Amino acid sequence: MRRLLTLLDGPQTLGGGPLFWAAFAAIVVAAALIPQFVNAFAVSNLTYFLLWVFMALGLSLIWGYAGILSFGQTAFFGLAGYTYGVISVNVGDAGLWTWFAFVVALAMPAVLAAVLGYFMFYGGVRDVFVGIVTLSVTLVFETFMAQTAGPEWTIGEARLNGFNGMSNMPPLTLPWGDGALIFDGPAFFWLVLALVVVAYVGLRILVNSRFGNVLVAIRENADRAEMLGYNVRMYQLAVFVIGSVLAGMSGALYTLWGSYITPSSMGLTAAALPIIWVAAGGRKDLTATLVATVFLTWLSQQLAVRGNQYALIWMGAILLTVVLFAPQGLFVSLWKTAHSKLRRHRRPATAKTVPSLPG
Amino acid sequence: MTFLIEAYAFFYQFADAFAFLVLCGLGLAIIFGMMGVINLAHGEFIMCGAYITVLTARAGVPLPFAMLAGTAAAGVVGLIVELLIIRRLYHRLFDSIVATWALSLIATQGMLIVAGPSIEGLKTPFGSFELGEYSFSVYRALLPLIALLLLAGLYWLFVHTRFGIHSRATIEDADMARALGASTRRIYSQTFTLGAALAGLTGALYAPTITAVPTMGQAFIVQSFVTVVVSGADVMLGLAPSAAVLAFIQSLLTKSYGQLIGQIGLLLTVIVVVRVLPKGISGWVLQRNGRR
Repeated sequence: MRRLLTLLDGPQTLGGGPLFWAAFAAIVVAAALIPQFVNAFAVSNLTYFLLWVFMALGLSLIWGYAGILSFGQTAFFGLAGYTYGVISVNVGDAGLWTWFAFVVALAMPAVLAAVLGYFMFYGGVRDVFVGIVTLSVTLVFETFMAQTAGPEWTIGEARLNGFNGMSNMPPLTLPWGDGALIFDGPAFFWLVLALVVVAYVGLRILVNSRFGNVLVAIRENADRAEMLGYNVRMYQLAVFVIGSVLAGMSGALYTLWGSYITPSSMGLTAAALPIIWVAAGGRKDLTATLVATVFLTWLSQQLAVRGNQYALIWMGAILLTVVLFAPQGLFVSLWKTAHSKLRRHRRPATAKTVPSLPG
Repeated sequence: MTFLIEAYAFFYQFADAFAFLVLCGLGLAIIFGMMGVINLAHGEFIMCGAYITVLTARAGVPLPFAMLAGTAAAGVVGLIVELLIIRRLYHRLFDSIVATWALSLIATQGMLIVAGPSIEGLKTPFGSFELGEYSFSVYRALLPLIALLLLAGLYWLFVHTRFGIHSRATIEDADMARALGASTRRIYSQTFTLGAALAGLTGALYAPTITAVPTMGQAFIVQSFVTVVVSGADVMLGLAPSAAVLAFIQSLLTKSYGQLIGQIGLLLTVIVVVRVLPKGISGWVLQRNGRR
């Protein structure tokens, strides 16, 4: 346990130390208290901003840390969403069955990612071709689901409903005494918040561990990592599966949140969004990704709510500006600038002299 | 006789799909093959060409000139984009993908705001002809010929002009080409402009047959990608065979199972091709001939 905690901070993540974690704890506590003060609509919105974080963190892991650009994380998102829909509609909300549906919804992306990852990484598919294959997969999935409008596309009691998508899935339900604890409203928000904390902390430990260091080595130079004796393909496969399960987590939670899922959640525009969040925030850092995802989903919703058609234009403009002027990502650049300013401020003009090597 | 008509109907569908794939893929393939830049705003250049064509044609300009205007407009936009954005991202593949994706979002949504969800289309010229119970559009029957002519024209451009020689030298070895006095920067600009203009031409050619909508780029870009990936980097060598194979698969599946299944068939083909022939058809041919 101790050893795991020391891995919270490390070379692969920005921020750390007592101050950082105190602030983190304060933010989480503050977030957990929010439902006491705001109405149900605002809670639902907050849940919405948070539920995308998993897919973004997963992409940050796959793309930022391991250097594999997957364009098709939404395939796993949709697969998990539809899986939850189909199973939960069939088994209902009695007992622990909704949780069963939830777990299977996470297992399906893992299986798909394992098969697809094996096909790609062990088949020598590299670089941008991984992006093409993953994008193709998500588009195949979208197209397939879009043509399931007819009544013959029914699994048990669940109609897939083509382009209009599925709806009316039961929320997660836990038997509690005589009644049942239904995860909607604040309870669902707390659940999502807890999962975000677990995912974030868990991924920080993962990327600062030996596994994470190897990932970064592979990102920097896959051939060199292979020469040094690491099984590059196995690491790539593993990281792809982890990231895809996280995308599936977002998908299942999204389906639970709105009680619906449509094929367009896997289309081109949908597939672009996680890339935007991760690239804009700073793909090589989990914290930056998390902050950027919540901020950008909030921003685009604010723009959309005000009847503003410019939401996507703003997203595009932000992304373009970041790529051109802050290629490491907005929040990573801000963090580094602030950090170096602070340091200079604390120790004015006492540049450490580097001791010269003897000899 | 009915058999012949059936056969022609299938051939017509195949040729139509072939023309579509070649025209879609050309601009993207040239930019990818020459500069290694994956232009995700390709579909929006096509949209730009289509919109300008429709607007100028409805303002009273004869259709061929309207099409030229559409092509030129896309080319000019391409040049500006290259100078402002692409130029800074030459050796940053991921960043160029992300940046062009951002452009595509801006262009799609921007067009939606400026021009609304759709604009009134044009009439398809030349009418139609009938065989048996089928009716074929003359204009669409001509498109495959235009696609082939365009391929021939590009072949001439790359083999017989100064630009062509310089650009092929740049693909082969950019540093060496620069050392020998070819301005690779200018060649990249010209290439990107050419690719964008070809995309605009595609939009212009299809403008009379479709309703121009702001999101039309998405419908085109998937097909474009599929063709280019199967083709591989060498446009001249790979594009036509790739489009032919894919058009055959697509028209066969579309005929038997409908359009969406045809689309799925294309995408699955790409997944398999990436795995089996990562450098596409052209890479495979070059390898067999022992050039690389």
